[in-house]
Amino acid sequence: MKQVFGRPESLVDVASHFCPGCHHGTIHRLVAEAIDHYGVREETIGAASVGCSVFMYDYFDIDVVESPHGRSPAVATGVKRSNPEKFVLLYQGDGDLAAIGTAEIIHAANRGEPLTVIFVNNTVYGMTGGQMAPTTMLGQRTTTSPYGREFSQDGYPIKITEMLAQLEGVAYAARVAVDTPAHLAKAKKAIFAAFEAQVEKRGMGMVEILSSCPTNWGMNAIEANKRIETEMIPYFPLGVFKERKGSDFF
Amino acid sequence: MPKLEIREERCKSCGLCIEFCPKGCLEITDRFNPSGYNPVGWMNTEECTGCAICARMCPDVVIEVFK
Ligand SMILES: Cc1ncc(C[n+]2csc(CCOP(=O)(O)OP(=O)(O)O)c2C)c(N)n1
Ligand code: SF4
Ligand code: SF4
Repeated sequence: MKQVFGRPESLVDVASHFCPGCHHGTIHRLVAEAIDHYGVREETIGAASVGCSVFMYDYFDIDVVESPHGRSPAVATGVKRSNPEKFVLLYQGDGDLAAIGTAEIIHAANRGEPLTVIFVNNTVYGMTGGQMAPTTMLGQRTTTSPYGREFSQDGYPIKITEMLAQLEGVAYAARVAVDTPAHLAKAKKAIFAAFEAQVEKRGMGMVEILSSCPTNWGMNAIEANKRIETEMIPYFPLGVFKERKGSDFF
Repeated sequence: MPKLEIREERCKSCGLCIEFCPKGCLEITDRFNPSGYNPVGWMNTEECTGCAICARMCPDVVIEVFK
């Protein structure tokens, strides 16, 4: 008998702390599959963010530098510039990347730092109890928007991938989801493409992944999956927003 | 005949594998694992094609598939 599906080698064989049905687990597996596929496990340095993904040093069989909240693009820039032969991986939540660390990601992208950024958008600050983030949907109730997010007070959900795709330094930018088998297959391709942008020294490769947070959405895993299709995808369209094949800068 | 190996102690009973199995092969059992969840079980084994959709949708890499 041949094994047709199993745990990727770069994903350490331990139980995760993620809540039942949380897509962080699925996304971790896809990223580990990419690390295995490109054979970069021994050369990868992760720059961890703050949030539910903070324990990436326990889950990926790679070296990881912890960063202050939102600052992993700055930490990763230092790591990559001092070790240009290393593969540098960022894994950031939406509170981390799209709120506290907005300046860091925009300038790292604009400088064309050859980094691979996995951006997990679950529309809330997960780890701290589901507060409103810049990505929270209009009308979404959170602990800090108990009557629902309202644009005249809180603005609109921010479309980071469209913003980053405009910057010359970004070689690859895509938004994907992992809520259905078909979306998951596309998500894997996009993560691989974001790895390739760095491997081929073309610039920053980033993927936004629409992700569930069943716990803070007050839903079970299946309802949370459905919310991605019915509420998130209509506002946050899936697709590849930028794909630059050649290397303009390197 | 395909074979699924389910690491019951890692299952969080989220139900995503059950939701996406096109053949309805999986069910929540009434056993308890050490974390207090009722793990999923491979019940309808005759119908299973080994497509591995359940395994891919599982956030916790609980299911391994052999063919
Ligand atoms: C400088 C600083 N401010 C605030 C916090 C508290 N904090 C910890 S996790 C977190 C939210 C993370 O949310 P997100 O990036 O969306 O990730 P998720 O937990 O949803 O995966 C915050 C605000 C902190 N650790 N450091
Ligand atoms: S709080 Fe939300 S993001 Fe954090 S592990 Fe639980 S479901 Fe996942
Ligand atoms: S998807 Fe995984 S964790 Fe969820 S019920 Fe199925 S086997 Fe258990």
